[in-house]
Amino acid sequence: MTSSASITRAEVAHLANLARLALTDDELDHFGDQLAVIIGAVSRIGDLETADVPPTSHALPLTNVVREDVVRPGLTQEQALAGAPAAEDGRFRVPRILGEEA
Amino acid sequence: MTVTTDRLPSYDEAVAAFDPVIGLEVHVELGTASKMFCGCSTTFGAPPNSQVCPTCLGLPGSLPVLNGAAVESTVRVGLALNATIVPWCRFARKNYFYPDMPKNFQTSQYDEPICVDGWLDVELVTEDGARTVRVEIERVHMEEDTGKSLHVGGATGRIHGADHSLVDYNRAGIPLIEIVTRPVEGAGAQAPELARAYVTALREIMRGLGVSDVRMEQGSLRCDANVSLRPGPEAPLVTRSETKNVNSLRSVERAVRHEIRRQAGRLTAGERVVQETRHWHEDTGITTPGRSKEQAEDYRYFPEPDLVPVAPDRDWVERLRAELPETPDARRIRLLDEWSLSEFDLQSMVNAGAVDLVAQTVEAGAPVDAARKWWLGEIARVANERGVALDELPITPAQVAAVVALVEAGELNDTLARQVIEGVLAGEGEPAEVVAERGLAVLSDDTALLAAVDAALAEQPDVAEKIRSGKVAAAGAIVGAVMKATRGQADAARVRELVLSRCA
Ligand SMILES: [Zn+2]
Repeated sequence: MTSSASITRAEVAHLANLARLALTDDELDHFGDQLAVIIGAVSRIGDLETADVPPTSHALPLTNVVREDVVRPGLTQEQALAGAPAAEDGRFRVPRILGEEA
Repeated sequence: MTVTTDRLPSYDEAVAAFDPVIGLEVHVELGTASKMFCGCSTTFGAPPNSQVCPTCLGLPGSLPVLNGAAVESTVRVGLALNATIVPWCRFARKNYFYPDMPKNFQTSQYDEPICVDGWLDVELVTEDGARTVRVEIERVHMEEDTGKSLHVGGATGRIHGADHSLVDYNRAGIPLIEIVTRPVEGAGAQAPELARAYVTALREIMRGLGVSDVRMEQGSLRCDANVSLRPGPEAPLVTRSETKNVNSLRSVERAVRHEIRRQAGRLTAGERVVQETRHWHEDTGITTPGRSKEQAEDYRYFPEPDLVPVAPDRDWVERLRAELPETPDARRIRLLDEWSLSEFDLQSMVNAGAVDLVAQTVEAGAPVDAARKWWLGEIARVANERGVALDELPITPAQVAAVVALVEAGELNDTLARQVIEGVLAGEGEPAEVVAERGLAVLSDDTALLAAVDAALAEQPDVAEKIRSGKVAAAGAIVGAVMKATRGQADAARVRELVLSRCA
C-alpha cells in the first residue's frame, strides 16, 4: 500500500455533506479510517505500468446501442405513485427543500 | 460617481466604466416522440406522473437505452453550428441530491461532449449598419431534463416558506441538449442585444432543423446568462454571475442589462462580484442570489456504466451534413443577392416575420417588389390591427401572387387590389371570386370613362377653366373625382390623359 493513501477529516466532512449525511466527530474519524483503507487498495493500481492502457468504463466492447424513437406504455399515475411514501394531487410529495432554489 | 446598492448606475455609466463579457448556456428540449432513455411519451401538458416508467423514475433494476433519434438531432444541431462531431464519447452521471431527479443523478455528458468547437454568426444592428459578431460555441452535449417541482404552502409559490414540494416526473428524462458558448468578448455596450440576437438565431436554426418546437414560454428552450465586467477590453476575464432560467427573448436582453448595471454598482463601490447563481425576476426586472453553486467536482461525475459509448459513424455524419437545410445565415446572404435588397430592407422583413411569406409569393410567380409591398404594407397593417402574426392571417402566398398577377395583367389597379386582399382576409374566397362577387375590375371602356370625366368637369367649372388656361396640375382634382365616382375602378393614368385631352 502506498503511503499517500489518506483522506483528511475535512474531506470526509465535505463528502458527508454532499451525501446529506449528518456525521458525529467520532463517525468522521471512524469512516475516515475506513475510506483510507479503500483508497489505499484502489491506489495500488498506481504501482502498475498503465501508461499504454486506455482507461475503460465498460467491460463490453460495444458502441452505439440505441433504440427506435417509439413511445411505449409506461406506468399509470396510480402505479407510479403506489410506492411513494406520500403523494398529493397526482404528484410525489417531498419534504420542503431548504436553502436551495429550483 | 457615488454608488450605493440602492442606486444602480445607469446603463450608459456602467458600460462607460466597464467592458462586459457574456456567456450563454442554452438548453433545448428535443422534439422526439419518446424520452432519452426510455419509451415514455414526451407530450406536453399530460396529467402529472402519467408519462413515467421504472427507468425515468429511477426504480431499482431498470436500465436506460439511448434514443437514436435524439443522437441524430444532436449531431444535426452540432453540424448546423459548425461544430466538430467527436469520434467517440460517453455519458456521465452528475450526482446531486434534489428531488427533481428521482435517481439522485442526472445522466449527462461531462468531459466528453458529442459536439465541440462550433460557432454561430450573429447580426447586430448598429447606427452604422449591420455588424456580424461570431459567437464561439465550446460544446453541445446530450442530457436528460429533470422533473418539475411545485412548492406548496409558501405565499409566493417559491421555495422559501414552502411547507413541502410536489414533484411531477413527466418531464424527467426528456431529451435535452445544452449549447455552451465560450466567453463572448467585444460586444461592448451591445452585449445585451447580442445575447438576445444569439438566442434568436439559435432558435431559428432549431426551427429550421425541425429538432425542437423551441417554445420559450413552455420551457422547451431555456437560457442561462453569464455576465462579468472587467475594466477594459484588454483586461483578463474576471468573476461572473450566472442568471438562471431567463425565459423569453426580451428577458435575455433585460437580464444581461440588469446584471451589467448591478455588477458595475458593486465594483464602483469597491465591493466584489461573487461567483454565484442568480434568479431573474420578470416582474421587477432584477436578479437575486440563488443557491451557492456546488463546484463541478462536487457532482462527482463518472462515466455512466449502464450506457455504452456513442461513436458516430463518419459516413452517417457526412450524410447528415449533406442533408442539412440551408442555414438562416446562408439564406439571408442568398436572398440579399437574389432580391437585390439592402441589409436594412431584409432585416425589416425578418423582424416582420415576412421572409418566408414573400419567398413563397415570389415562388408563386410574383415579382419581389410587389410581394414585399403587399406583405409589408396592406397585409402587415391588418395583422397589426388584429394583433396577430402575418402567417396567422387567413391569406396565403399563392393568393397574394394571384392578386399581383391580376394587377400585372391590367385587370386590377392598386386600389382594387387592396379591396381584393381585404375580401380574401374577410373570408370571401379566392381572389378571382372576390373580384367577381364585388364586381371589381378596371374600367377600360373609354366611353364610360369620358362620361365620368365630362361629369366631373361640369361639376367643377372653375377647375376645368384652370386646366384649359394651362394649369395642368389642377387635373389632379378631376382625376380624383373620377376615381371616386368609379369606386377606384378606373386606370388613373388613362383618366388623366382623357381629362387633358378634353381640356386641350
Ligand atoms: Zn420512462
